[in-house]
Amino acid sequence: MAIADALSTMPGTRRSLRDRVALRLEPYLYTAPALILIAAVMLVPLVLGLSYAFRDIQLLNPFSGGFVGLEHFRTLWGDANFFRALRNTLWWTGASVFLQFALGLILALLLDRPFAGRGLVQALVFLPWAVPTFLTGLNWAWMFNPVIGPLPHWLYALGILDAPNNILSDPSLAMWGPIAANVWWGVPFFAITLLAALQAIPRDLYEAAAIDGAGAFRRFSTITLPFLAPTIAITILLRTVWIANFADLIVVMTNGGPADRTQIVASYIFTQAFKALDFGYASAIAVVLLVLLMIYSMLIVLLRQTLLERG
Amino acid sequence: MRVSFLGTVFHRLAILAYLLFALFPLFWLVKVSVTPNDLLYSEGIRLWPSRTSFEHFRFVLENSAFPLFFRNSLIVATSTAVIVTVLASLAGYAFSRFAFRGRAWLVALMLLTQMFPLVMLVAPIFKMLTPLGLTNSLTGLVIVYTAFNVPFATFLMQSFFDGIPKELEEAAKIDGATQFMAFRQIILPLTLPGIAATLGFVFTAAWSELLFALMLISGNAAATFPVGLLSFVSKFSVDFGQMMAAGVLALIPACLFFLLIQRYLVQGLTAGAVKG
Repeated sequence: MAIADALSTMPGTRRSLRDRVALRLEPYLYTAPALILIAAVMLVPLVLGLSYAFRDIQLLNPFSGGFVGLEHFRTLWGDANFFRALRNTLWWTGASVFLQFALGLILALLLDRPFAGRGLVQALVFLPWAVPTFLTGLNWAWMFNPVIGPLPHWLYALGILDAPNNILSDPSLAMWGPIAANVWWGVPFFAITLLAALQAIPRDLYEAAAIDGAGAFRRFSTITLPFLAPTIAITILLRTVWIANFADLIVVMTNGGPADRTQIVASYIFTQAFKALDFGYASAIAVVLLVLLMIYSMLIVLLRQTLLERG
Repeated sequence: MRVSFLGTVFHRLAILAYLLFALFPLFWLVKVSVTPNDLLYSEGIRLWPSRTSFEHFRFVLENSAFPLFFRNSLIVATSTAVIVTVLASLAGYAFSRFAFRGRAWLVALMLLTQMFPLVMLVAPIFKMLTPLGLTNSLTGLVIVYTAFNVPFATFLMQSFFDGIPKELEEAAKIDGATQFMAFRQIILPLTLPGIAATLGFVFTAAWSELLFALMLISGNAAATFPVGLLSFVSKFSVDFGQMMAAGVLALIPACLFFLLIQRYLVQGLTAGAVKG
């Protein structure tokens, strides 16, 4: 192979110019179809969307399309619904990520221990992840419906609810509906990644610690956690961005209601585009969301740098 | 390591509790779908109805547009999965085997596409596809879904190619094969499990997609399953039995593909940790 490489890079040897050009082009030919498609269907619309944010684009108004400068952003600054959606996004993302992570870690620790039937149990507890999100949303909405679902009756029996009502129509509780559905659907993601990281920890570390008399809690805090830390950090950071953008469950279960109490920024963008057909305003909100997510990612990178320097 | 008896009992109980949490919603979906209409309200929250029937399934299959939605979704998800897998095999192979100028940029670009909110593309894509006649069309959906899924599938395929020793192609090339021949005849057959996993992941993603389908499709003719089910729910919101029977139908292909990819979940999720 080394000889063949040398031959191919040496000019004037056996390989002709045409062959060499073809050889140089080869990786680009493999990647071109995927890249052209990504450019046409993701990058062009992204740029187009950025331009919409400064234009008046309403689907049903043929006279729209003009340049309006920062008009949309001025409207946005005075839009109470947007700021409520922003607060809801923090609440939705924080609660979902925390619960998914906590349950995912517990599940991963449970599955890390060998027991009879582990393969089957693993397949079954990961199954919710394969359930389409629209169906997850509908199914949980049905389960919260007192006519057909058991949850309101159980919550009432436990004394959590004053009456077996649908929490999805209660403005102060509605957000828990989509969060519950999201936790159910998303725990497997954390469990699978954390389980993979757990199984990469050398077993003899635990045995040595046990011989030295370390108890279960001590083994967990001095071996398991430090080993898992990088995986935990990366998974939580990426998942936070993903969940902040994840509007399906809310669109399906509450459509942002009641009284906009479950509207998050991503579902607000979708509603503006899909229901109000105001593409300009929708794109302006999207630009703000994009900027916020970029600031978040940058803060994370900075935080990581300072931690690395200190360590 | 010593494991106390009490610890073992607690471990099994905790697993049982999580199994119940994971499976109960699906059990409930199936339970309501087989409850006859006259028992739906009187036995609304019983764990299992005193009598079961398949009347809802029969109605949904014979008198509703769900078979059409099911067919549309099947066409869209299968075509997307096949096209994505072909494109991602090619691109993933290039990322795995070639060092070329711009490679780092391409990888960064693909990662970037996984980070920004896709919902911001809803409006521009609608505007772009309308003059091309690709709204309200299955082809339009396949194009959009293919682009969305290619980056993740490329990383997934790359991780499978990385696991195959390079010496195999080198030997083939010494025997006079071109790189592409080696790729097609030696490497691809060895990555069949990876190809199956990619097909499964992409099929599930395309089968589940909701927001773009809602935006791009209006009317029944090109509606995919999620669009059809949601419009059914908003129109006939009291036919719980039929809605849930339709829900069970939507669950079947997703579960079949889950069984296919179950073994590769770890690899897939770590390759797609950026996506999910």
